[in-house]
This record gives sequence, C-alpha cells and structure tokens, in this order.
Amino acid sequence: MEKFKKLNSKLTPLNIENVDTDQIIPARFLKAVTREGFGDNLFRDWRYDNHDNLIDDFILNKIDFNSQILLAGRNFGCGSSREHAAWSIYDYGFRVVVSSFFADIFKNNALNNGLLVVQIRQNILDEIFNKLIKYPSLTFNVDLNDQKFYSDDGVFEENFEINEYNKTCLLNGFENIDYLLNIKEKIVKYEEEK
Amino acid sequence: MGKTLFEKVWDEHVVDSIDKGPSILYIDKHLIHEVTSPQAFNGLNNRKIKVFRPEKTVATADHNVPTLNQHLPIKEELSRNQVDTLTKNCKEHNINLYGLGHKYQGIVHVIGPELGITQPGMTIVCGDSHTSTHGAFGSIAFGIGTSEVEMVLSTQCLLQYKPKTMLIEIEGDLREGVYSKDIILYIISKISASGGTGYFVEYAGSAITSLSMESRMTICNMSIEMGARGGIIAPDKKTFEYLKNKEFSPKGNDFYKAINKWKNLKTDVDAKYDKVIKFNAEEIEPMITYGTNPGMGIKINETIPSSAINNSDESFKKSLEYMGLNSGEKLLNKKIDYVFIGSCTNSRIEDLRVAANIIKGKKIADNVNAWVIPGSKSVEKIAIKEGLSKIFDEAGFEFRQPGCSACLAMNEDKIPTSKYCVSTSNRNFEGRQGPGSRTFLASPVTAAISALNGYVSDIRKDN
Repeated sequence: MEKFKKLNSKLTPLNIENVDTDQIIPARFLKAVTREGFGDNLFRDWRYDNHDNLIDDFILNKIDFNSQILLAGRNFGCGSSREHAAWSIYDYGFRVVVSSFFADIFKNNALNNGLLVVQIRQNILDEIFNKLIKYPSLTFNVDLNDQKFYSDDGVFEENFEINEYNKTCLLNGFENIDYLLNIKEKIVKYEEEK
Repeated sequence: MGKTLFEKVWDEHVVDSIDKGPSILYIDKHLIHEVTSPQAFNGLNNRKIKVFRPEKTVATADHNVPTLNQHLPIKEELSRNQVDTLTKNCKEHNINLYGLGHKYQGIVHVIGPELGITQPGMTIVCGDSHTSTHGAFGSIAFGIGTSEVEMVLSTQCLLQYKPKTMLIEIEGDLREGVYSKDIILYIISKISASGGTGYFVEYAGSAITSLSMESRMTICNMSIEMGARGGIIAPDKKTFEYLKNKEFSPKGNDFYKAINKWKNLKTDVDAKYDKVIKFNAEEIEPMITYGTNPGMGIKINETIPSSAINNSDESFKKSLEYMGLNSGEKLLNKKIDYVFIGSCTNSRIEDLRVAANIIKGKKIADNVNAWVIPGSKSVEKIAIKEGLSKIFDEAGFEFRQPGCSACLAMNEDKIPTSKYCVSTSNRNFEGRQGPGSRTFLASPVTAAISALNGYVSDIRKDN
C-alpha cells in the first residue's frame, strides 16, 4: 500500500446521497481477476450513456473538476461489499473521499487500499457544495498527520476522526495482513485453547 | 452487567486487541465465491503462502454463472475465466468447492445454512454483504472486502472494530398476507437505508420467533440494506430442528451436546443495547419499494410520498425520475414487465412453495416475463420433486438453474432499460438488475400475484 501523503487539490463535487457501490462500479464490470484498471468504469452508468457516449454534464466528464478529492453526499458507499468500488476510485486518481457519512464496509475497504475517508459535519458538507457552485477552483488540503481538512481561502477548517491504528497504517503504508501474519503464533495458541 | 447475544459470540472470538485499535477476531467459517476471491488468492500467491486453515473455507460459484444450460461450458469468456480461476485456486489451496454441476452448488447464503455449515455461535464471513443472512442462526456473520478475504485465507482472522448493538423488537401477530420480506422492508422504510450503519442488529419479539428459519434468514439477509453490519436472532427449538441431520451438522450425541451449548446463546436479562427500536407487528402490511434504495418503501396500497427519511429532496426527486414515477401516484395496478423470484433473500424452498401455491393452475399475464431461480441445486431438486417446477412452467414462468441471476445482473439475466420488475431480491439501486432497469422490491407472494395480473397486485385483494 502506498503511503498517504499530505495533499492539496481541488474537489470533485458529487452532490448525491446514498451513492451505492453498484453506482461506483456496476456488477457487470467485476469480472476481472486482478485489481488493476477498474478506474475506467468508475461511475460507468453516470459517465456514459447506453451507447458508450460520454454524458457531458456528469461531474467526472468536466475537465475542470479533475482532482484527488471526491466530495460526496451522505451515506457514501452503501450496498454491496465489493472492494472493486474502492479500487476503482483509487485507480481513477482519487486519494480521499469526503462525506458526512460512510457505509461501514466501504470505509474498511477504502482504508485497506490507502484511500482516506474523511467524515465531516453535514452542514459543513452542504456549505462546501454551495461554495463550489460559485468557486469551483477552490483548493483544499488534507493533512492526515494533523487530521485536518481545510480550504486555501481560510474559510473551512475541519478536524476529522481516525483511529490511531489506521492512521499509522496509512501514513506508513502498512497493511493489516502483515500485522496478522506477524501474530500467527498467538492465533495458533487461541485455536489450541478453544 | 449482562451481555447481549452479539457480545457473547464476539467476545469468545477475540484473539487479541490492539491498543487504541481494532480487535483480532477469529473466523470459524469462511465462504468464498468467484467474484470477490481471485485477487485475494493472487495476494497469497505473491507472498508465496498457502491458505492457513483450508478446511474452514468453503467455495461455490454463484454470482457470475448462467442459469440455463449449466452443463455446458460458460459462453461468456470473462465469466468463464472467473469461474475457472476459482476452480484452480481451490484446487491449489485444498479448498472444498461446490462448483457448477455439483449437487451442493448454489447461492452462497443459501447453501451455508442448508448444508449445516452455518451453526449457532459461529463467526462467519464472506466477500458478500448479504453474509448477514447467517445471523438467523445466532451467529455473527458479515460481509467483507477482498483484502479481508485475503486476511482470512492467510490467518483465519480479521482486524475489526466492535460495532454498536441495536435491538429491533417486533411484538404481536402478523396480519394475513404479511411475510418476513414485508417485515424487513417495513423496518428499513422506517429507519432508512443508513439507519443501522455502525450497528449490529439483534431481532427479537414474538413476530420474529414465530417465523420459520427461512423467513428469519430473509430478515437477517437485508440487515445490510439499512446499513447494519449484520443481523442476529437467538437460536431456539426451530433452529435446532432445522440443523438436525444437515450434512455438516454435528451428529448423534455431539448434536445434543451442541444444542446444550447453543441454548445459552441469548441476551442476558440485564444486558444493555446501544439502541432499542420497537415495532408493532399489526402495523405491518404487504410492502413494496418505489425508489432506488431499499429505504424507499411503502405499504402496497399507499401512494408514493413526497419525501423519505434520510433522503434529501434532491436525491428523492432524482430517484423518482429514474423510476419514472411521481409523488402521489399509487404503485398498485401499475403495469409491470418482469417478475424475478430468486436471490439470497427469497429463493429458498419455502419461497418457491408460497409462490407456486398462488400461481397453481393459472397463467401469467401476456405482458410479463417471469423467472424463478432456485437458490441452490438442493432447492431445485426439491422443487422438481414436489412438482413446483411444473406449476411454474405451466403458469408461464421460466424455472431456471441456481445462481444470483437478475439480483445483480452479472450474468445474462438482465432487466432491460426502463422496464419494471417486481423482484424478490434485496436491492432496487439504479441499474442493479441491468442498466436502466427499474426494480420494485417485494415478497414472493406479491411477485407471484403480480405476475399473474401483469400489474402490481395486493395478495389480500387480487387473489
């Protein structure tokens, strides 16, 4: 997993609630047996029409909104547990998803892939969506070390929560599986005692 | 202070805890399928490690398989490759696979219980969010991502944060025409598609204990549709009776020993939940969804509202636009194009029996394409033996072979753009049943009667 570095970027506003993982990556694109290339089909049915033509007014198709931070409505990532959702967002180039509420499994999957989820208050999320209508180029910073999400115009500054363990993993690129493989003796002991 | 059922099972599976971090949770049973496992096996192969406890993992092919001509090679190349990859991985790592053609093949959440793989007090995971189904047996069961599948394959453990606990209690007698699917759609319509996020839900009350095991599975199955990590129901006599003589259940004296242990799997009287919600069973009526998340549901004779809990006005409007519906409109008598009876929510023998009972000797409407997809080879076999498949065939339904099918439309079974489908599955998301498809989630009974009439129908009036 790549280390998470402090970043500065515009936002890609997706002001839709309950974005489920079927929207993020439809099931018919889950047939691969490797992790690569899912970004091409991120939000496939919102990006392309039935004839594979780009839908111009979808946010990802507007060149001005290319960024590393996806700003999404509440309850992002609900539905299916497919990790392909996190892979596709990361593969597309996003490193952070900001919302007021995340579905549990998506959150786990994101963190396991170095994709940071930043949960902020609903009213602030609404204010940022509104602000971007007038100022789409406003840039924001994500500082995981200080757990801060703030805008370069000085208007927004939000602290966000993250567990110490997950923070350490993201900052150092550590993976859970290595942790587990390192405590195998303990696991065997547990099995024996059970 | 006493413990909840969830806490009892959880605590027993904690191997260790990380300071200011997650717990290391031991997993008793791991179910895998072709879609969310290949990358996990790649991870193991890259590290040159073998599966740690291969006997604790069971595999089947379900998501991506055709539901016709399963004896022939899969036509679609990518699907075939995914199923072949599963076969290869299972062989290399000594994992039991119930692949296409095997008498135990079927939807992963249907075969686990019917083979007795699922047992009370276990921790069970699968790379599929509807793993919550297995909670109906008093086990902690939840869906995981592929990185986590890799963790379980290599260490039989996961790093997990303990979720909060919620009790949903439903007391009273269910009204006529109300089935477990209606109960869960009713609950989700009240608390929304995100109302359970962060929680593990225990279902209790007389309306729950009165249900069969199949019906309890339908309830736990859709726990994820309110965002909950999983659902759990305390095991009782019905649970033990169901598990008796199942292929992998304990046998003879061991079975009675197991029951003695399983009997303790209930919440202590003085235990506290983080949240308690109570419903009255008599308020529940046959339900149907009108929108694009499972929280957007109404009683079947109600009109479409102008808002829904935890949906902004904008999202609500977008949803109705996609569905081609308007606030104030009734769904009842709405013309439909497809009926799908299947999925891990409602494809068990009980579901097929109630549906067959309604359509027996009748014909489906000319404007409807109707599919019945049994949940497993075993369900298929019983349905054929009991004459149900014949009833479906004669009524004009297509009785096909087991798989996830049009629930997620990964195979050829897709609902065409802008067509309406009354579906017994679990998700009415945009495009879930095929690009542009429009889904009305309902019980097998509502699906069956609607197929006959060709429009959304109320079993209490239209039968």
